Amino acid sequence: MRVMAQMAMVMNLDKCIGCHTCSVTCKQAWTNRTGMEYVWFNNVETRPGLGYPRRYEDQEEWQGGWVRKPNGRLTLRAGGRVKKLLNIFSNPKMPSIDDYYEPWTYDYETLLNAPRQQQFPVARPMSLISGKPMNVTWSANWDDDLGGATQYGPKDVMLKGIEDKVKFEFEQTFMFYLPRICEHCLNPSCAASCPSGAIYKRAEDGIVLVDQEKCRGWRMCISGCPYKKIYFNHKTGKAEKCTFCYPRIEVGIPTVCSETCVGRLRYIGLMLYDADAVLDAASVENEHDLYAAQRGVFLDPEDPQVRRAAEQAGIPGDWIEAARRSPVKRLILDYQVALPLHPEYRTMPMVWYIPPLSPVVDVIKDTGHDAEDQANLFAAIDTLRIPVEYLANLFTAGDVAPVNGVLKKLAAMRSFMRDINLGRDPNEEIAEAVGMTAESMYEMFRLLAIAKYADRYVIPTAHVEQAHALEELATDCPVSEYGGGQSAAFGEGSGTGGLTPVAVENLRVLKEAQTADSLDDLPVENPLRGRLNLLNWDGKGMPDGIFPGDKTGTPK
Amino acid sequence: MNRFLFGIFPYLCLAVFVVGHVWRYRYDKFGWTTRSSQLYEDRLLRIGSPLFHFGMLGVVGGHILGLLIPQKWTDAIGLSREAYHVLALVGGIPAGVAAVVGLAILVYRRRTTGPVFSATTTNDKVMYLVLGAVILLGIWNTIAGSLLSFGGHYNYRDGVSPWFRSIFEMRPDVDLMAAAPLGFKVHAVLAFLLFAMWPFTRLVHVFSAPIGYLNRPYIVYRSRDKQAAGGSRAPQRGWDKPELSSAPTKGKS
Repeated sequence: MRVMAQMAMVMNLDKCIGCHTCSVTCKQAWTNRTGMEYVWFNNVETRPGLGYPRRYEDQEEWQGGWVRKPNGRLTLRAGGRVKKLLNIFSNPKMPSIDDYYEPWTYDYETLLNAPRQQQFPVARPMSLISGKPMNVTWSANWDDDLGGATQYGPKDVMLKGIEDKVKFEFEQTFMFYLPRICEHCLNPSCAASCPSGAIYKRAEDGIVLVDQEKCRGWRMCISGCPYKKIYFNHKTGKAEKCTFCYPRIEVGIPTVCSETCVGRLRYIGLMLYDADAVLDAASVENEHDLYAAQRGVFLDPEDPQVRRAAEQAGIPGDWIEAARRSPVKRLILDYQVALPLHPEYRTMPMVWYIPPLSPVVDVIKDTGHDAEDQANLFAAIDTLRIPVEYLANLFTAGDVAPVNGVLKKLAAMRSFMRDINLGRDPNEEIAEAVGMTAESMYEMFRLLAIAKYADRYVIPTAHVEQAHALEELATDCPVSEYGGGQSAAFGEGSGTGGLTPVAVENLRVLKEAQTADSLDDLPVENPLRGRLNLLNWDGKGMPDGIFPGDKTGTPK
Repeated sequence: MNRFLFGIFPYLCLAVFVVGHVWRYRYDKFGWTTRSSQLYEDRLLRIGSPLFHFGMLGVVGGHILGLLIPQKWTDAIGLSREAYHVLALVGGIPAGVAAVVGLAILVYRRRTTGPVFSATTTNDKVMYLVLGAVILLGIWNTIAGSLLSFGGHYNYRDGVSPWFRSIFEMRPDVDLMAAAPLGFKVHAVLAFLLFAMWPFTRLVHVFSAPIGYLNRPYIVYRSRDKQAAGGSRAPQRGWDKPELSSAPTKGKS
């Protein structure tokens, strides 16, 4: 047994309203740069729908992920090492910019500079790739909210086997949102595809990163990742991907997408797993067994033996503690309501999803029946094959049994809690019908519905014994300024190595500010102390702290 | 003149080549990439790029055989000069043609595909010019000197090759080159010029050929970077800052 820790995420799809706040804040934080205009580390897809890039789930076409060979060993679907090297001069399976979308901006200057004329001037869309005027015909969420579903909907890859049953008339279609980030897989096929070895999995927290100084732009990772969550920066010629906001995670605050999620549907926590068991679990013969196999790889931090092995593996005590309290562990292992996205790719993804019950609830509601009665819900889950089979194609390689199980748990929770909310006695039988106790059902409700900040995010800080490196102390030589004195002599993005670092101390300040009840309670050294929170200022008068203090620290 | 071009210039170029690469690797790992444009255009690249690259691999292999292996060695294993000649042409002509056709496709693509052309720097253009000239001269030398025997047959293994080896023996035999046909002279000078430009162009990606991929484990694990954690280093240039307004300001007409 080789215990490793993995930072993981669970998203509760029932609560996603498809507002794209996660995408926008992620873009502002990470991909708001030239060369990355078309890139969304976090995107939200409407399902049924094509996704981003279009039809990325069609692995017959894109050849992403792993396949099990007849001899039981795993190999990259796009071919082994030799084949990869032979194809290195042009990747045969790389999506083109049209498969994502051609990014654009608007010619706003025309609005300001247009001469006096009869017609109102128009800001035309301009391509950020060619710089020329363009017609906007696709985007990262063009089919949002089933827009154009009659045209695009039937092309959804996940409709395999149920094409004839899904109707794309609005009153008859089920719909939900699927936010996606990098899966930070236990068995990442992007890393395995990288000829340069630039993509690595961090030994401490399992976050998958691209070493920007080792990446040589061979582009094999882009086709290797079945989720298409590695992107090519067309200006620097390097691969980039979701970083799980590691600079934030290291100081114990959640990722940008989680922090800004208005539906509070994201959970972040640690999972302990047995690194030696990953490959065997990823190679099980039947695709339907992959979900259970991956659950089998996880280790229970309540088990003293596991804790001892974790300590021996060098995992710090507070991390083991955090693994015990991990909301992700509770949802995956204890309640078993979270499912992996596309386990059939055999990458052992680590961003899991609680499938939405709402399509089922909506159908019952429309028929005029009681949508909170567990008998009705159970019957509906059993008879409503379309949403369930569709969800199974997404989360369990097509096996409807686990999806049924999860939906029934969610349905049971719904009617269990109605009794409590109406002041009746809780009905223990409802919980038992889905193999849970009344107590655990209530706790699951607290975690899913109340979803307190501290319950959603249990993130231990990184153990950095080199305080100097992290604190951005003023003892560093300040000679080289931003820019390093080197220009981009060898094309865009070249220059004196090294990336713009993230100011960790700013994140600390932020964390203190976000978790304090009032900005007045902050520690003295926090520069935000005593400042005004503009969000709850009613605009009357001029309260203290509306302007930051001067250099001496006295507020104006 | 000959003394400079064939006795001094090669050393200057090789020195720049070596020192330049060390410098570039130390100071610009971030810029060390293939700068692929496949995202912009796929169809022509699928044909042109493998043709050119595999052709070039053949060409480089041929040069190693022709320049580095002395005639005496092939004589010693009983390979007659005529047989060697046929062998070199059978291997060399297809490789050379593949490289030239590939290069032509790639240059055409670069010129006609808007986004690819706008991603081409002056640095690239100068390099392509020199590279193209070197390749075309090489082909010309093969055709004119060996195949058609314009102006008499020239056996480069008696002239250019010993001169090339003599450079590395630190006593360059300038006279050998002085006697070579003009095509070979220009080819050699331009090739050394290309070596001097090498570390400062995208050609550096040649030295990133990922041979190690064949025997490394699929999944790479690495510990958090202890040195560069967080905000330790002085800020250095890496990713571009956002460019929100500059791109489309032209093209209003």
